[in-house]
Amino acid sequence: MSIGIVTAAYIAASVLFILALGGLSNQEKAKRAVWFGIVGMAVAVVATVFGPGVGGWSLMLLLPLLGVGAYIGMVVAQRVEMTEMPQLVAALHSFVGLAAVFIGLNSDFVGTHGLIGAEVAIHEVEVFLGVFIGAITFTGSIVAYGKLAGKIDGKALILPFRHLLNAGAIVISLALLMMYMNHAGSWTLYLMLLIAFAVGAHLVAAIGGADMPVVVSMLNSYSGWAAAATGFLLGNDLLIVTGALVGSSGAILSYIMCKAMNRSFISVILGGFGGAKGPAMEIEGEMIATDVNTVAAQLMDADSVVIIPGYGMAVAQAQQSVSELTRRLRDKGKTVRFAIHPVAGRLPGHMNVLLAEAKVPYDIVLEMDEINDDFPETDVAIVIGSNDIVNPAAQEDPNSPIAGMPVLECWKAKSVIVSKRGQGTGYSGIENPLFFKENTRMLYGDAKASLDQLLQSIS
Amino acid sequence: MRIGTPKEIFPGENRVAMTPDSALQLQKLGYECVIEKGAGEAARFSDQDYKKAGVKVVATAAALYKEADVVAKVRPPEDIEIKRLKKGQTLISFFYPAQNAELMEAANNKGAHVIAMDMVPRISRAQKMDALSSMANIAGYRAVMEAGNNFGRFFTGQITAAGKVPPAKVLVVGAGVAGLAAIGAATSLGAMVYAFDVRPEVAEQIESMGAEFVYLDFDEEQTDGAETGGYAAPSSPAFREKQLAKFRELAPEMDIVITTALIPGRDAPKLWLADMVELQKPGSVVVDLAAERGGNCDLTVADQKIVSDNHVTVIGYTDLPSRMAAQSSTLYATNIRHMMTDLTPEKDGKLNHDMKDDVIRGATATHKGKITFPPPPPKVAAIAAKKPTAPEPTAQEVAAAEAAALKKAGTQQTALLVGGGLLMLWIGAYAPASFMQHFIVFVLACFIGFQVIWNVSHSLHTPLMAITNAISGIIILGALLQIGGNGFIVTVLASISVLIAMINIVGGFMVTRRMLQMFQKS
Repeated sequence: MSIGIVTAAYIAASVLFILALGGLSNQEKAKRAVWFGIVGMAVAVVATVFGPGVGGWSLMLLLPLLGVGAYIGMVVAQRVEMTEMPQLVAALHSFVGLAAVFIGLNSDFVGTHGLIGAEVAIHEVEVFLGVFIGAITFTGSIVAYGKLAGKIDGKALILPFRHLLNAGAIVISLALLMMYMNHAGSWTLYLMLLIAFAVGAHLVAAIGGADMPVVVSMLNSYSGWAAAATGFLLGNDLLIVTGALVGSSGAILSYIMCKAMNRSFISVILGGFGGAKGPAMEIEGEMIATDVNTVAAQLMDADSVVIIPGYGMAVAQAQQSVSELTRRLRDKGKTVRFAIHPVAGRLPGHMNVLLAEAKVPYDIVLEMDEINDDFPETDVAIVIGSNDIVNPAAQEDPNSPIAGMPVLECWKAKSVIVSKRGQGTGYSGIENPLFFKENTRMLYGDAKASLDQLLQSIS
Repeated sequence: MRIGTPKEIFPGENRVAMTPDSALQLQKLGYECVIEKGAGEAARFSDQDYKKAGVKVVATAAALYKEADVVAKVRPPEDIEIKRLKKGQTLISFFYPAQNAELMEAANNKGAHVIAMDMVPRISRAQKMDALSSMANIAGYRAVMEAGNNFGRFFTGQITAAGKVPPAKVLVVGAGVAGLAAIGAATSLGAMVYAFDVRPEVAEQIESMGAEFVYLDFDEEQTDGAETGGYAAPSSPAFREKQLAKFRELAPEMDIVITTALIPGRDAPKLWLADMVELQKPGSVVVDLAAERGGNCDLTVADQKIVSDNHVTVIGYTDLPSRMAAQSSTLYATNIRHMMTDLTPEKDGKLNHDMKDDVIRGATATHKGKITFPPPPPKVAAIAAKKPTAPEPTAQEVAAAEAAALKKAGTQQTALLVGGGLLMLWIGAYAPASFMQHFIVFVLACFIGFQVIWNVSHSLHTPLMAITNAISGIIILGALLQIGGNGFIVTVLASISVLIAMINIVGGFMVTRRMLQMFQKS
């Protein structure tokens, strides 16, 4: 294939990728959009493999590699549980990071043949940047994977002088870049690689579990920028375009997540939870427990029910039971809807995917802004395994660490049922006054077990 | 242990603190019940009924006091009753310890424990023993009955063959328990009811009972009833003036006025002044439920019905609950029974006077030879304190804020564009042409990315992440281009990159497809 045809294929691939992302604006279009992405990718890979620049003999090496990679990918994609999506996404990000690192190192081996003047300097900066971003993405994703899979403690790791450590690492990396550009040798690149590995791991380790949606989308963004940097390095426009698309997509997701938690992006990235500004408001009242039969009776009397799922539902794998409950209540002519907070779960849109898996129709799954005004007319609000996203302290207590965060105002419903494992606080460690409200009843126990019992009383 | 109820000796008191029904319940708690002969007569409970319920009937009060460990009665004890108390005996009755210091002293000297039913704190848990509320409820109802008895017309409006009858207009001042009960009774008889209270937060309750809340146009920070345990607090002179002016305005129209305004620990406020009575139409009725504490109406004479010069009847009866003795005895006896339930957590017929319990502590006036009145404030607030709310911004303010935000966003955008442009110029001045070509592509792709991603539906964010993940596997191109390059290490690293990038691509796309297929419309 000539360069012209390859370029044409790249243009086609870019357009298909843009269509793939744009198609996600609604559920029906989205199913087609994936095909755009797959075709685009196939066009790009085939054009590159058969294009100039890839030697004939290496095809023998390539085909088995592609085959094995595709097979592993397929198996992983089929086996993964929907509740494990966050881990999978994080793990896949790390691959992109690692690939970017390898490609950058290779470029260093190959050297700067045929480049002149400023091009050499730019090439060297590109190598450095590509490796740096790739390395941060790689270790950051691995730590994120560990946290999400529960293999590493999810609490934020707060080292002393952590901001200073990060800043110092960046300063040293810059110094190494200067030395590298002055031909101090490849060791500067390797040293920087190690530093970047450490920075990536440290950055994510310092971020607590509740901020995980931001971290995952941030890493998503990084993986895009790493691809874009590689594109600059190799002078490949398709890589640049795709990297930029992915990078900006991740950046927007991070921004949306931060907005949903009313926190600045910087403070999330730098880690740790914003400290309280004063003594927390005293909580009056007591937590009142209820039992399955009472809840069943309440639900039978209710006309309109709103269910608010959180990470606890994912942990308890209760989505099927929730779906069954929804189906039975809907069969009785009751209005059942779901209220999803943007940061519910550990991944943007996590709850939507779980509910979809359990065959909850998506048109009764609503966003916070769509449903918040409806709570006063709601008879029963059921909170399943969510905590901070329904915390009234965000609105009522200016000293609360989550003050100002938009929350689901479920306490305005006529009655609220909270399914919760025990009396403890949520991930952020903040006391939740919702549990103490007069119209709130606590249904203690594993969410799935409670719901299954509930289903026995509602036929 | 034994619970005994004597006959009330206060003149005209018809109530009794134990009914056959409550006696049955008390026996379930493990108590034996004793009653003085004829104690329930005035409330239409015969000694025979009590005997049937397993209550022992004793002939005299003296014998009763001797036998009983717990004495339950209605009115505060008279001197002679105090004399009959013995050491260690528990007395449960209305007591008004704030007004009856000497009585309390005397009871304490006798070594008796006094539980004052009027001191039960107003918290949700104690509602079942809140005798003041249950008596006020009856008083409110009875006030309407008394008014109707003295009012020469219908309550409800009627159009009959014999002519049109306008509905009676009723004003209820003070929407406590009694006031609300009066509103309920009057509206159900068909009257047009207006109600006033100094606590603006009860407007909702008033309207829920079917009356119209009389609003005062007054800006002063009004005290929230929650701070005073749900009771009214004295109002400022300026507020009072406004209030009286409003009443003067209403007086000529109102056929029936029922006043129930009381402030804890004070004389009743004068709210229906002599000149207002003069303004009323002849035949109108004023029922003053605050007569015992001096009355809300200037003309009120306690325990009497008087008629003013312009033929307005002013009723100052203080024994309205006693006038419905059967009903009020039933409710009061139930209150007492609930109090005993709380005092007997083990249901073993033994009194457990737990001074750590908020309700019991609050109601106890003397205990173990000590005067324990006044009690410390309850730990649980009666009503959740209302949070001060920020004033709603007006439409203009909202519009102004929006305009300002828009302007700010505009300025920011312009600044960003100018800054970005300058940066481009700077880079362009130094960088070679080959770099700039790629750079243009990069910047445009970023813009397209931003535009496209904003439209992605929120619920599809996880698929979005998965698909961008797959697409970022495009990095495989870089590895493909390097794989044929020189050097063994380069080939190895590139091969690994190809492998993992492929996992990424296939895994990402497959998972996205799996997820999207799950989304179903109902």
